[in-house]
Amino acid sequence: MRSFTYQRVTDPSAAIQALAMAVANNNPPTEATAQPLAGGTTLIDLMKLDVMRPRTVVDINPLASTWSAINLDGGNLRLGALARMSDVAANPEIQRNYPVIADSLRLAASPQLRNMATLGGNVLQRTRCTYFRDISYANCNKRDPGSGCAALDGFNRMHAVLGTSEQCIATYPGDFAQALIALDATVEITGKSGVRNIPFAQLHKPPDDSPQIETTLAPGELISAFTVSGRWPRSVYLKARDRQSYEFALSSAAVALDVQDGVISDARVALGGLATVPWRAREAEALIKGQKFDEALAQRVADAALAGAQGRRHNAFKIALGKRVVARALHQAATMEI
Amino acid sequence: MSDKTNSTTRSGFDRRMFLAGAAGSAVVPLTARAAGPAPNAAAAPDPSLPVDVTLRVNGDSRLLTIDARTTVLDALREHIGLTGSKKGCDHGQCGACTVLIDDRRAISCLTLALAAEGRDITTVEGLAKGDKLHPMQQAFIEQDAFQCGYCTPGQIMSAIACVKEGHANSEADIREYMSGNICRCAAYPNIVAAVKQAAPEILKG
Repeated sequence: MRSFTYQRVTDPSAAIQALAMAVANNNPPTEATAQPLAGGTTLIDLMKLDVMRPRTVVDINPLASTWSAINLDGGNLRLGALARMSDVAANPEIQRNYPVIADSLRLAASPQLRNMATLGGNVLQRTRCTYFRDISYANCNKRDPGSGCAALDGFNRMHAVLGTSEQCIATYPGDFAQALIALDATVEITGKSGVRNIPFAQLHKPPDDSPQIETTLAPGELISAFTVSGRWPRSVYLKARDRQSYEFALSSAAVALDVQDGVISDARVALGGLATVPWRAREAEALIKGQKFDEALAQRVADAALAGAQGRRHNAFKIALGKRVVARALHQAATMEI
Repeated sequence: MSDKTNSTTRSGFDRRMFLAGAAGSAVVPLTARAAGPAPNAAAAPDPSLPVDVTLRVNGDSRLLTIDARTTVLDALREHIGLTGSKKGCDHGQCGACTVLIDDRRAISCLTLALAAEGRDITTVEGLAKGDKLHPMQQAFIEQDAFQCGYCTPGQIMSAIACVKEGHANSEADIREYMSGNICRCAAYPNIVAAVKQAAPEILKG
């Protein structure tokens, strides 16, 4: 690991000020010379791998006193960005009103990591692409723009089938983000000029021809909270993976339904493990609204959700798997007792 | 270990004491600066300078002078001489380095020592009361819950937290909530049995 200066900050304005040197060099936030430290489960790991090379680490954990609250006031949900994954997953109100959120967190990582990792850091976690994480591979456009993509012709079993480009097929690895994008969450971002809010769907940026730019965050900005309107008791997160526990998704689905008198009045479908960014399957959702659930509908929706998928040499199986995961998640959501 | 001030030290010869004794640099005196906010980037201190930090480990305060890059795991093993917590993958994937920080299980290889300042760190060395083993340690012995033993300290720390979190109510529950601790000897059935055995006694307090 390269040497760095450690700073601990106790209020948001000090954090923004300490990250100000990141603003000066105008790099994407992931390349900024000053990096915020929350749970550290991505940052410290990638610093050990020499993938991330900050010269200053700004420990923002003391901000948890104001940025980690879980609020369900007035029928809406507000989650502080420094809330720990385990605490949110274990919250009975979250489990009851937003099972898709609780399960997306509970099924991620390990208990130890969930105790450390924060919600804000979780949605910003970096890809697990081997060619990104191992700097002995020369070709990674995300790490070294213009160097090529070793995954295109490499072992790409874990790689994305949706949202890819010829520059990058690295999978977005998270689970919680699928729940947020499905529920039309809003991201509260705190920066030098104050607080701004954006739809969660606008936080991540597909690779296109600049895979090194992963989000629309400006350098020096911090995620301070997530908000969700309404409650979604009829929602599920289903995750298929190589191991029963403690593994990234090969394919996952976040599904939320609103069913009135047997008719689906609102439907949300998001996919994980399949795409380069948190992925909302809006074409699929359009098929569901106004319908009554049956298995044939589930199959049509699953086909629509993966219609644009592009398989490569080792990951084409994910298209069939993804469809089955979507169909099963829909079935679970439609038939769950709430 | 001779400079340890305020804790119980096991009596008699111990392989770890022998190994740790040679290292000898457990506690280093306070030097120039402590970690804290720098006023601005231009005034940022030289990152090659060591930093002073006080860690509270198993109830003892330990003043260390360390490189800012030092993790809690390396601080424990290389600076304090507590080698119970093990370095497996050093990337948060195996769980061998699991310790309790403020009573929650955490991955010590991904926690900067500087970020653990002011928090209570509990390692496997802090579990026994004198000669009486912690119920989870005793259960691991009685259920033969290890072969090589390398993952065991992490398993035990994780298992105690698993019970206290309320996740030891069934074998399936234990397996799910112990999944962050890999055992390459595959002693898993015995580990599950040990957690089941110790759970009632731990919950009884």
